[in-house]
Amino acid sequence: MSEQQPGADELLARTRELLAAHPPATTEAVDFLKARFDAGLAWVHYPVGLGGLGAPRSFQPVVDAELAAAGAPDNDPRRIGIGLGMAAPTVLKYGTDEQKRRFLRPLWVGEEVWCQLFSEPGAGSDLAALGTRAVRDGDHWVVTGQKVWTSSAHLARWAILIARTDPDLPKHQGITYFICDMTDPGVEVRPLRQITGEAEFNEVFLTDVRIPDAHRLGEVGDGWRVAQTTLMNERVSIGGMRLPREGGMIGPVARTWRERPELRTHDLHQRLLTLWVEAEVARLTGERLRQQLVAGQPGPEGSGMKLAFARLNQEISGLEVELLGQEGLLYSDWTMRRPELVDFTGRDAGYRYLRSKGNSIEGGTSEVLLNIVAERVLGLPAEPRNDKDVAWKDLAR
Amino acid sequence: MTETAPDLLYSEAEEDLRAAVRSLLADRTDTPSALARAESDTPYDPRLWQALGAEMELAGLLVPEKLGGQGAGHREAAVVLEEIGRSVAPVPYLTSSVVATETLLGLDTTNAEVASLLGELASGRKTAALAVPFSYGPDSLRLRGGLDGIVRTVADAATADVLLVPTGQGLYAVEADQVTVTALTPLDLTRPLADVALDGARGTLLADADTGRAAVRRGLLAGAGLLASEQLGVAEWCLTETVAYTRDRKQFNRPVGSFQALKHRMAQLWLEVVSARAAARNAADALATGSPQAPLAVAVAQAYCSRVAVHAAEECVQLHGGIGMTWEHPAHLYLKRAKSAQGALGSAGEHRASVAEIVGLPGPA
Ligand SMILES: Cc1cc2nc3c(=O)[nH]c(=O)nc-3n(C[C@H](O)[C@H](O)[C@H](O)COP(=O)(O)OP(=O)(O)OC[C@H]3O[C@@H](n4cnc5c(N)ncnc54)[C@H](O)[C@@H]3O)c2cc1C
Repeated sequence: MSEQQPGADELLARTRELLAAHPPATTEAVDFLKARFDAGLAWVHYPVGLGGLGAPRSFQPVVDAELAAAGAPDNDPRRIGIGLGMAAPTVLKYGTDEQKRRFLRPLWVGEEVWCQLFSEPGAGSDLAALGTRAVRDGDHWVVTGQKVWTSSAHLARWAILIARTDPDLPKHQGITYFICDMTDPGVEVRPLRQITGEAEFNEVFLTDVRIPDAHRLGEVGDGWRVAQTTLMNERVSIGGMRLPREGGMIGPVARTWRERPELRTHDLHQRLLTLWVEAEVARLTGERLRQQLVAGQPGPEGSGMKLAFARLNQEISGLEVELLGQEGLLYSDWTMRRPELVDFTGRDAGYRYLRSKGNSIEGGTSEVLLNIVAERVLGLPAEPRNDKDVAWKDLAR
Repeated sequence: MTETAPDLLYSEAEEDLRAAVRSLLADRTDTPSALARAESDTPYDPRLWQALGAEMELAGLLVPEKLGGQGAGHREAAVVLEEIGRSVAPVPYLTSSVVATETLLGLDTTNAEVASLLGELASGRKTAALAVPFSYGPDSLRLRGGLDGIVRTVADAATADVLLVPTGQGLYAVEADQVTVTALTPLDLTRPLADVALDGARGTLLADADTGRAAVRRGLLAGAGLLASEQLGVAEWCLTETVAYTRDRKQFNRPVGSFQALKHRMAQLWLEVVSARAAARNAADALATGSPQAPLAVAVAQAYCSRVAVHAAEECVQLHGGIGMTWEHPAHLYLKRAKSAQGALGSAGEHRASVAEIVGLPGPA
């Protein structure tokens, strides 16, 4: 990183140079995205050479707006949300130079989709209880176990994976963090159908998967700490997107309200306005949080945004189903599909209502996030625990 | 003004009835077949209906004995609906044995056509659907035209042998083969909805327009009132299931149900279920006794219980964690039943408006 951080003017100038050298109208989308990455305009707060310019994170919108206005393609974050939101910040923080060079560019450009092999049938909220085993074999690790609720595993080239490398230690200590090749013959992905009818997530069975030690992220036994970076970023990336006014879940219901006067009632009007105000305030709270964070890593406050996002998505889509009256009794299509994108606000009101139920479960449940706020933000005493100092292998299951 | 207190308990006979229905439903319903059926061409269960409606003689609970029914009443029908809610059974009980039957009971039952149709519904040999959108509350009906046009989102129309069609020219009974029934994709996987196209249909005129309108109102009022019992059943299942799961599911080396944050949520839900039971029993009792308080009792029950069922089902999904988001787990069947029932037979807002009118709490001028 240079001594002098580039200012907004310089970013704008570089963006215009990029557009001049690679006119979006005549450039293949993927070539444009690669050029953008190489120009350091992918994520401007990343280091030079890794898609950034070491600029303040708050300048990103300057670049994005200029590119959007010029009709430049984007990397469709809904397809690669886990890579962008979780894998990338973890690789950036803990990866070797070689790992950063290898993984970040295809990740950001969207050539390689990532998934997250964290949760297991017996280890959800209590993720540190995970039982997938990684055993060292020369310069490789041999991994066996079962993961579950793995979004986009059917599309993924790579996974961030945590596995137990020492069962004799207490559960938070014996975990190591890996990058797993999803094309390894020991990886089996089975679709897991959701209440929406689709199978966005999967079960993933790992049988003697061989992972080179060079694909370990962080130290052996330090996986829990590395995973905190992923989880903290996950919460921010689920709850913390920057939205315009009426962006997100409130958008479709506001549109329906304006276009369909016959559906309006006084009762629904008051409830809609209450939620509209809450959505607007949530948006402002997110904006304020971003201004505070500017370039730093997200703290536990990020959990607050995800809490608000989940509750509002659920209440707003629930109201939308009610507003639609007899149409609200219908659903678009239950056909089992394995979608290419994770889409919270797509399709019809019924889909939004059902999919949003997952918002308070995925990426840490709302109950767990409230515990985090209570203990880490407010400093309230933790509940007494009997699971922290026991060897993992001796825990009741 | 003296009011006799409504009977909000269950009689011994009602408890026996519940036990019998519950055991039949426990034998005949399970999640894998419910899911398979929901995506098949017959998204309802004719054999279960045969057992419940005909063999157990529950289809005729509301119909007087002299018309071929059991001569029981709304209190008993409400118990049946609680159990149907608890098992999200795909049978046309609410639509045929309550709404359509009650509508017919609001007509001249000495009319041979009315009496014979009631007898067939009461025996469970036939089912009928009232051809109005499932979202309609007691006061929603606006009569227009005759046997023409399309009626949208009619519940259980696809299984019905007969449709009761209110029109500006009177209330008609129309055989299913006279209309075109187009199945829809409902949010609630266990209650089929369909559009009914009437153009060119021939039917039997059962009553003039005004009598028909009053009878439809009576049918929808009973439907809304007893739907509260179905919602109670849904909520009860969700609470029971959630308590059982969270006692069993261990995270952090202890049952998740041992966390106070979850205990309080379930205790709160219990309070809502207890309250919903009082409201639902009150509506069933008022309908059974023909009390002048029935419209208020129904509006209160529907305004309250619809929300409780949705809340209980939402909590059920949430407190199950990831497993609650899966297709295989039954929680979503209850969530979909509850959410759809919230918009059925009048919205909570409409029922609150009825309360406002009946008790004299008008909104701002
Ligand atoms: C749509 C969706 C997508 C997902 N995608 C992924 C993915 O890509 N990769 C991945 O690894 N995981 C993924 N998950 C898994 C998700 O992270 C877990 O489901 C979640 O952490 C909860 O774990 P669990 O399902 O085992 O529920 P449990 O932990 O068993 O929780 C059950 C209930 O207990 C509550 N509870 C647990 N502990 C406490 C406590 N201490 N205090 C109070 N309440 C508590 C929970 O809040 C919940 O209500 C996804 C989940 C969903 C729904």
